[in-house]
Amino acid sequence: MQRYLAGRVFALVPVLVGILAAVFLLIRLIPGDAVQLFLGTQVEMTPEQMTELRRFLGVDKPIWAQFLDYGSRILRGEFGVSLRTARPVLPDILARLPVSAELATLSLLIAVALALPLGIASAVTRNSTFDVLTRIGGLLGLSIPNFWLGAMLILFFSRYFHVSVGRYVPLTQDPLATLRSLALPALALGTAIAAILMRYVRSALLEVLSQEYVRTAHGKGLRRAAVMVRHALPNALIPVITVVGFQLAYLLGGTVVIEEIFALPGMGRLALQAIFQRDYPVVQGVVLVVALLFVLTNLLVDVLYAWLDPRIHYG
Amino acid sequence: MKRWVANRVAPIGLVIIVFGIAAAVLAPVIAPYDARRIVPQDALRPPGGRYLFGTDGFGRDVFSRVLMGSRISLVVAFLSVLIALLLGTTLGLTAGFYGGWWDGLSMRVMDVVFAFPAILLAIALMAVLGASVANLIIAIGIVYTPQFARVARAAALSIRGHEFIDAARALGLGNLRILRRHIAPNVLAPITVQVSLSLSLAILSESALSFLGLGTQPPTPSWGNMLSEGRQFLELAPWNAIFPGLAIMMAVLGFNLLGDGLRDLFDPRWR
Repeated sequence: MQRYLAGRVFALVPVLVGILAAVFLLIRLIPGDAVQLFLGTQVEMTPEQMTELRRFLGVDKPIWAQFLDYGSRILRGEFGVSLRTARPVLPDILARLPVSAELATLSLLIAVALALPLGIASAVTRNSTFDVLTRIGGLLGLSIPNFWLGAMLILFFSRYFHVSVGRYVPLTQDPLATLRSLALPALALGTAIAAILMRYVRSALLEVLSQEYVRTAHGKGLRRAAVMVRHALPNALIPVITVVGFQLAYLLGGTVVIEEIFALPGMGRLALQAIFQRDYPVVQGVVLVVALLFVLTNLLVDVLYAWLDPRIHYG
Repeated sequence: MKRWVANRVAPIGLVIIVFGIAAAVLAPVIAPYDARRIVPQDALRPPGGRYLFGTDGFGRDVFSRVLMGSRISLVVAFLSVLIALLLGTTLGLTAGFYGGWWDGLSMRVMDVVFAFPAILLAIALMAVLGASVANLIIAIGIVYTPQFARVARAAALSIRGHEFIDAARALGLGNLRILRRHIAPNVLAPITVQVSLSLSLAILSESALSFLGLGTQPPTPSWGNMLSEGRQFLELAPWNAIFPGLAIMMAVLGFNLLGDGLRDLFDPRWR
């Protein structure tokens, strides 16, 4: 297990360097001069001041040296300074992180809570009306844009229940209020994942149910429920973990859009505001933090899977 | 019942897609009004009567705008998936076939692109490139390239060891010829499925970006920016948000159904 872990972490290094390079180069794609970007259009400067500022910002060096500078600053936790508020970027991002993380976690919980029972019931009652309806529901869930579903949920609940989505309250203050403010956004974000997981649970369970050892278990007189719980479900559900891993990207990316609809003060909303204010260090910081978060959670999922599945050798 | 579903799925998807493409192509003919025609005294009329889907805050006909919006959505989706397809399959096929340093390098690059959540990468690219339809196509194309690269590489790898490839080489065929004549046709099935599923994702991405204000810019109607404008009077005139959303859902559903059906056809394990 330790060797497996070490190998996985080591394999991440080139990807992490690549992510850093991509985020660094992203800003170079902007047409125009770095100093001009820093100043905006309001400030007039003499050429001497410009040269001075260029040296101050480090953009007078060759690009590889700038990248090394950038990398070493990131390693020290210096993510740059906002062009609008002049405050360090990282603390502001980290302050918003819990909102996005809570939203993503709750969405995943809702998705799993919907997908497992529906997927299992659908596989067990294969080809029944229930199965067909569930599968159609799954396809619809997959096709609904999450931001539209969010808007429709807001509309539906305010029109028929006169409930409006509450303002976000931090988890540490009042967990119930947090849950209340995140329930609808998490449902909007979790639906597509529920659909994907449900389809996967169904087909994985169907495949396992057709295996010989399941027939053997039936043959030796075990009751249906016992066969399911002891033999079929564990083998069908362990691979579902990897599917959850694939959906982490959707979850983390989706928070940006969902936060915007429900006016949640998360990282995504911070990034969007920064984009419209041309505050590139903030955009850069959020993109980097989310990518790192994604890579790390993915690693966690892989390790969990390896730990749970006895067929995988850690060698 | 199940076979019935499996066999009907792809054709239903195809019908939805053909219907959608026809509506997009014929939009200027079908649309009852100019999508940009502003009639202030007709603002926020509910659906029915002269306005099938109602009107928006400027008194523009929502039905005509949904029709015209389909053009942007479909054009962006098709062109961006074309970019991802050409770039991704070329990378994947050559990586899987040649192996070695080229495989290592190109797949690490794909890993890095893959390490960013798709929609976030598209948002970041649009933020620096600037909002325009051309940039929209480029950004979405880049985001979906790794999927094609992986599918193509896996297929090329699985075929590389087969005897008919060795036979072709023994006959003196060059690498390029083997790639084109023997390997490319064999990756066709998984790539076709990928094209269909990517088209559905591309439509979702385009509408999400336009919804956020980073994609198609008003006054050009697109489903995403219509939804964004409609959100202002969500309670007062919900049809402004409902219809573009339904249009997105139908288009995405069509490509999902087709992709699903094709996958069942090519790979019976998934049934």
